[in-house]
Amino acid sequence: MTEAPTISRGRAFRRAASHALSSRWSLLALLGLLAVLVIVFGALEGIPASRLLGLTVRGILLGGALALGALGITLVFGVLKMANFAHGDYMTTGAYLGLVVMALIPASAPILGLGFGYEFVIALLIVMPLTGLVAYGLDRVTFRRLRKRRAAPIMMAMAALGLAFGVRSIIYMVFGADFTFYYQGGPRPIVELLPGLRVRTDQLFILAAAVVLIFLVYLLLERTKIGKAMRAMADNSDLARISGIATERVVFWTWLISGGLAGAGGMLYALDVQLRPEMGWWLLLPLFAAVILGSIGNVYGALFGAFTMGIVWQVSSAFVNPAYGPAAAFVVMILALLVRPQGLMGRDK
Amino acid sequence: MSLLTVEGAVSGYGEMQVLKGVSIHVDDGEIVSIVGPNGAGKSTVMKLVFGLLKPWEGRVTFAGQDISGMAPERVVRLGLCYVPQVENVFPTLTVEENLEMGAYILDGPLKSRKERVYDLFPRLAERRRQRAGKMSGGERQMVAMGRALMLDPRLLMLDEPSAGLAPLLVDMIFEKVAEINQTGVAVLMVEQNAKRSLELADRGYVLAGGTNQVEGPGSTLLRDPEVARLYLGG
Repeated sequence: MTEAPTISRGRAFRRAASHALSSRWSLLALLGLLAVLVIVFGALEGIPASRLLGLTVRGILLGGALALGALGITLVFGVLKMANFAHGDYMTTGAYLGLVVMALIPASAPILGLGFGYEFVIALLIVMPLTGLVAYGLDRVTFRRLRKRRAAPIMMAMAALGLAFGVRSIIYMVFGADFTFYYQGGPRPIVELLPGLRVRTDQLFILAAAVVLIFLVYLLLERTKIGKAMRAMADNSDLARISGIATERVVFWTWLISGGLAGAGGMLYALDVQLRPEMGWWLLLPLFAAVILGSIGNVYGALFGAFTMGIVWQVSSAFVNPAYGPAAAFVVMILALLVRPQGLMGRDK
Repeated sequence: MSLLTVEGAVSGYGEMQVLKGVSIHVDDGEIVSIVGPNGAGKSTVMKLVFGLLKPWEGRVTFAGQDISGMAPERVVRLGLCYVPQVENVFPTLTVEENLEMGAYILDGPLKSRKERVYDLFPRLAERRRQRAGKMSGGERQMVAMGRALMLDPRLLMLDEPSAGLAPLLVDMIFEKVAEINQTGVAVLMVEQNAKRSLELADRGYVLAGGTNQVEGPGSTLLRDPEVARLYLGG
């Protein structure tokens, strides 16, 4: 009997220790450790720190486009408790809608030292609501029917997967399988941020646009009635209904915003790289890695995850073939989840 | 005419029948308490009234209107608000945002409504910017009740408001229920704490085995040996 307190104290200690090991800070410490390892290993391999810095900056720029996709995935998951595997293809849809819109409006000379004219910005503003409506329309004919029948989450995920194939097939049929560019052979102005660190001005625009959109989403969620209702529904959808929140209206806005961000993310990513029918499909893995790393359903976690994944993706190309970038991002996600299974922003157990 | 009536309600979850014929009513300005052993179907009655469950048989009327199986987002517009037993706040929303969600169906400023809730629960006024999920059980119950009061309902439905609270807080919650009732709001509550809630209630029902077995004024039920048998024997 006298042993009992010691045992329980030992247990309490172990519980406290495991609690501390799986804290938010441990996850950040792990990522910090990985960064140090990368620098040390880079030095041994003869990779200069300036190259790593350049890749990190490029990773942050890529992170901007990823963040727009990740935000949409996490918002839809929060409100509808559904993993939308078609989200990458919504990004592709946005990119190709941009191509169509830009063909319809007159092009101007490049603006502000960028590689494109006003038409790209105008197309971006048109494509966002358009992609949002596409996302909502597809919800009406697929997910909404399943929700009404209280389908299991796995069924919803499979439906999303089917939708992903369907959307991609339509893009193949309409635009062909070849890659293309918004500006074939156009100027691609470059700016030197630091001595030896050159990035394209377009990439700075991509990051700036992403930051502006992220800020608008923040304002929407924190300040507007519909944004608060979205958060309320993500918290507890039964209580939302009891409070009189019109949940289908919240669902409409969730798709409009999530699809709109996907459209913008797709166009911005395509501006940086190229348009391919499978571009969004290949982004799906790093996007989900980002969302899960940050805790699925959490907006701020998704932003953290997106920028982390962007950096890992780019920096890994100093060591391995750049094609493995998304895989490297996934490995880092797995390591992070081993430390903290609920992700960065998940509730402490 | 009664404000709320439930007549011969039969319902349950999926294939499992929980209510086997429940008839209750609440008049304007009354406090009515439903007590009974665990698993008697007390919370199920609340969910049925609020449209979270559909009646298999029987009907529910509120202020003369048939609301049997009406969706919760429509029921709330009729002047009927409901505080579930668990998960009754939005944890990542602040206290103030929780209150705002309670009045989601209203357009325009909510300041005076919020102030009224803060007058009732001064504790919430101090913590209006705090996230509800980080608050204690008693404070969460205040947030939940405050949210339901934002629409100035004619009938407030409380599902076990004192569950899991320390004795001092239980006293406080029952005092608040009396205070709310004095402003003219009828209260229908379900309680484990039979003694306290029957002392407070104008009338009470004892629910056991999915039907209401005994009905009467709270004080009478408290002394009824049949109630003691049902309650303790259940």
